[in-house]
Amino acid sequence: MVWDRNQMAARAAMELKDGYYVNLGIGIPTLVANNIPEGMTVTLQSENGMLGIGPFPYPDEVDADLINAGKQTISELPSSSYFSSSDSFAMIRGGHIDLTVLGAMEISEGGDIANWMIPGKMIKGMGGAMDLVAGVKRIIVVMEHSSKNGDPKFIPECTLPLTGKNVVDMIITDLAVFQRPDHDSPFKLIELAPGVTAEEVRSKTTANYVE
Amino acid sequence: MQKIYSDAASALDGLLFDGMIIAAGGFGLCGIPERLIDAIQASGVKDLTIASNNAGIDNEGLGKLLRTRQVKKMISSYVGENKEFERQYLAGELEVEFCPQGTLAERMRAGGAGIPGFYTKTGVGTLVAEGKEVKNFDGEDYILERGIRADLSIIKGWKADESGNLIFRKTARNFNQPAATSGKICVAEVEEIVPVGSLDPDSIHVPSIYVKRLVLGAPYDKKIEFMTTRERTAA
Repeated sequence: MVWDRNQMAARAAMELKDGYYVNLGIGIPTLVANNIPEGMTVTLQSENGMLGIGPFPYPDEVDADLINAGKQTISELPSSSYFSSSDSFAMIRGGHIDLTVLGAMEISEGGDIANWMIPGKMIKGMGGAMDLVAGVKRIIVVMEHSSKNGDPKFIPECTLPLTGKNVVDMIITDLAVFQRPDHDSPFKLIELAPGVTAEEVRSKTTANYVE
Repeated sequence: MQKIYSDAASALDGLLFDGMIIAAGGFGLCGIPERLIDAIQASGVKDLTIASNNAGIDNEGLGKLLRTRQVKKMISSYVGENKEFERQYLAGELEVEFCPQGTLAERMRAGGAGIPGFYTKTGVGTLVAEGKEVKNFDGEDYILERGIRADLSIIKGWKADESGNLIFRKTARNFNQPAATSGKICVAEVEEIVPVGSLDPDSIHVPSIYVKRLVLGAPYDKKIEFMTTRERTAA
């Protein structure tokens, strides 16, 4: 049985630590916010200029001046602070954010990530993703193990334009978890979803990794 | 010196010319200088290069200037949610320089701070690094990015006093603060203009030296791109 989106987010949430400042990407990574362990203080950063993202607002508290990086309305917490985009990326680029969880289209065995562009098709732009992978202390990618066409996404070399080179620390898919201790080491298969075998993961992965 | 103008068109009088570079504040539709964008559209000025995180959405924000073909080039990090943009870009009618969000904010800040270039780790080994100088510091590669010195900055604030000291509200600050400093001249629109002495000097976000012209833009009908809410649970 493979992990569903929320179970993948819950697995990523196990990497949180008390006192962490964390930036969550759009999609499955956003679900990590619903899985923060009870009693743990984790402060979420929004790259458009906020620390301390609160839950979605009640309908009568919606404020157009208070949105997250996905342009969704949010609320503030007693501990929240606001700042400019230049200050926001100073904290990202400057290595002050402990952890980011991002989605990806492709990850290479050397830790490269591609998640911003499909030439000739998708031209939306990289937003803050390149800054996040360059600056945040630890990069966790949460993605489906295979593309919609069934192609592997954890591959020897990325075919799509890169977001960052040799930056990824952990990969959580619906089948398995891969991790590496540093950026000179290969990824190691450290966990399997319930009922998934190492052979199945091997057969659906073209990247080289340690078992 | 009187900084307050009666409307956005008079606040921009004499500042606009074809082919100019404009730095604009805002993130999505949050904190965009919409009155000034309307006035730029009405002026008919063209061949603009606009540095702005986003390009508005269809017929909102900078999307209005795209529709009238007044924009030659956008310098942006994210341009989704904009069909007309996509159409012009794919047809080769619009030039786009994709710039990582943090790099764009820093390019505006640096340009306004007299720093013509800076080295950053962001974009190393990607398309963004093509054609840029690479320098190694302490064993890591960095690329050289240029500061943006715009001809004009257009920003949206919450409140300003009559001297031009300005404050923002919540996440509407975003790119407005670095954009304010990037231009040779900054024109600001605000929701409220208050007498000098009404704002706490310790809490000013943009000191008056940057804000050369000021216009009251209220009332605003602030648009929301994605309305997300939660239900109240019964106590």
